[in-house]
Amino acid sequence: MHLLVCGGTSCRASESALIAESLKRELEEKGLGNEVQVVMTGCFGLCEKGPVVKVMPDNTFYVQVRPEDAAAIVAEHVIKGKPVQRLLYVNPSNGEHVSGSGQMGSFRKQIRIALRNCGFINPENIDEYIAREGYAAIGKCVTEYTAADVIGIIKKSGLRGRGGAGFPTGLKWEIASKNQSYQKYVVCNADEGDPGAFMDRSVLEGDPHSVLEAMAICGYAIGASKGLIYIRAEYPLAIKRLKIAITQAREYGLLGNNILGSDFSFDIDLRYGAGAFVCGEETALIHSMEGMRGEPTNKPPFPAESGFMGKPSNVNNVETFASVPVIINKGWEWFSSIGTEKSKGTKVFALAGKINNVGLIEVPMGITLREIIFEIGGGIKNGKRFKAVQTGGPSGGCLTEHHLDTPIDFDNLVAAGSMMGSGGMIVMDEDDCMVSIAKFFLEFTVEESCGKCAPCRIGNKRIYELLTHITKGNGTLADLDRLRNMCNVIKDTSLCGLGQTSPNPVLSTMDNFMDEYIAHVTDKRCPAGSCRDLMKYTIIEEKCVGCTACARGCPVNAISGERKELHFIDQKKCIKCGACFERCKFSAVLIN
Amino acid sequence: MEKLKSLTDLEKVRAETQAKLDLRARAGSPEAVVQVRVAMATCGIASGARPVMDFFVDELDKRGISAVVTQTGCMGYCYAEPTVEVQLPGQEPVVYGFVNTKRADEIIEKYIRNGELVEGIIPVNYEKID
Repeated sequence: MHLLVCGGTSCRASESALIAESLKRELEEKGLGNEVQVVMTGCFGLCEKGPVVKVMPDNTFYVQVRPEDAAAIVAEHVIKGKPVQRLLYVNPSNGEHVSGSGQMGSFRKQIRIALRNCGFINPENIDEYIAREGYAAIGKCVTEYTAADVIGIIKKSGLRGRGGAGFPTGLKWEIASKNQSYQKYVVCNADEGDPGAFMDRSVLEGDPHSVLEAMAICGYAIGASKGLIYIRAEYPLAIKRLKIAITQAREYGLLGNNILGSDFSFDIDLRYGAGAFVCGEETALIHSMEGMRGEPTNKPPFPAESGFMGKPSNVNNVETFASVPVIINKGWEWFSSIGTEKSKGTKVFALAGKINNVGLIEVPMGITLREIIFEIGGGIKNGKRFKAVQTGGPSGGCLTEHHLDTPIDFDNLVAAGSMMGSGGMIVMDEDDCMVSIAKFFLEFTVEESCGKCAPCRIGNKRIYELLTHITKGNGTLADLDRLRNMCNVIKDTSLCGLGQTSPNPVLSTMDNFMDEYIAHVTDKRCPAGSCRDLMKYTIIEEKCVGCTACARGCPVNAISGERKELHFIDQKKCIKCGACFERCKFSAVLIN
Repeated sequence: MEKLKSLTDLEKVRAETQAKLDLRARAGSPEAVVQVRVAMATCGIASGARPVMDFFVDELDKRGISAVVTQTGCMGYCYAEPTVEVQLPGQEPVVYGFVNTKRADEIIEKYIRNGELVEGIIPVNYEKID
């Protein structure tokens, strides 16, 4: 028998280590120390109800356990085999106590659809994919369904593009299918570029066949015989595994002529991108694949009319494709039963930033930010206060405390001034300066702008300069008005999605954290204490003992003072490196 | 590899592989062996999964434990890489996080040999769809 005690950060904060010790002590006293083991584990993803203790092998789940409950668990459960009723998890929907983990399914916040095989199968072995219903969906399509049936299923499932804008996938396929041509193309957009987002890479590295199969299904639906995966050369392992997967699929005849004995033929090739953010925009991506500069062009014409080599093309994101075979296998009714009214299914998010359980999660649409951050994510690092979360990368915006209980889906995020994007979530705590965050994203956009249209090329650069100006303490209130105006102009006049969304981080931080902008320009102060140029280090007279540690550690000799006497920082020389603050053992250095 | 010319061929591969995978997990059978899956996506490899995988391959062999060690993709627990899933015959798989060679040694000696769970378990916090 094993007693598993959650050692996740937030359970630890509520004394789970003490619970483990008490359990061990109780077991020793009862002479069961050798038969029952107490083991600390990682996070159960139920932090709100922590600390959590799970009894194996009968899978009983105890919540909100306190150290003094250890005696009851050992006496009642371990010895008598009767679960301690009062500590069982209560199912919120019917108020019943739940003991077995089989019935516990309801508490789990994540459902893995796109990531269903990641971490389960060997991605370099096609048989293992087939063992988990792989290629059954394309088999079903070519034998049972017409192309129109497939499009109908995808349309009814409510699947929307996971790359960012959330365009309905079935509709996209339908448009491509209606455009007549002797040659059409299916393109997989694997040019993942949002800072902090890596779900596409994970899918390609962990389950490449799901994308190949879905592309073949799409080819069948729209009448294309050729697929292309546009992947950045910076993903060597994903490329390697895709190549192995394509070779194996060809050997089995699951790619190539007459797939599974049908009339349908389909093959896939790779195209490498050099890692430009703008090439995630579908027209730019197509130009890049054609060997031209990766620059967007006006839509219409949409790729569905005139795409790769001027032929009708359908471009979908990796995660979108990865969801398709499951929809065919399990039916659109099943898929559309998950999620919200207008956003069906699940979404993969990459949790990053000041959060305990950094990682990849897949949750049903409609989950709240609070559940993601404080339950699945295990809360904010070092017990700090949550400030904001940036969704949608450089095209998105930040969401604040007010949005914690908003159900997340495509439309709600847009209404809250952000967007779904590819699913990066960067969590910020009280130490993050929102002006600097906006500056960080603008720096990225300035570097990644292709330069074709003036608003994006010149405008973003000017915004970046203004933000730099403000973080250095040189801004004025008039600058804030200019900033907002310029953002709106760039949004309205840029050619492609990159420019149309690039001011979002600035606008949303201005909407939600105007007080921080004002503090920077009027008080020349950074409330989060992160803008170096606005910091001032001083020595507190009463606390300084004259140990000289700060003076010896100062790289620019800005600190003077005799031994055992008060020291002084020369503000003109100070470069604000913080060395004195770190070295002072008496907390005598003040930052403001 | 022979070409799969029909759904029946595909179904055959599925059934065969599934039986092979299940067999490994079925207790009692002489072919039932321990399964070790090491998460080897870019993130895992960057945090040191490769030496851990080599360690499992070499040491299980040296210590005379019959086991299949395979690579797999990202399990999503980036904060706890490298991650390793161990499945003993007839039991639910267990995921261990922060696995270095020292912990791998502990997993082999305590968990694989004696079925004693060791520190560093990552509980499954999601629903599977099958």
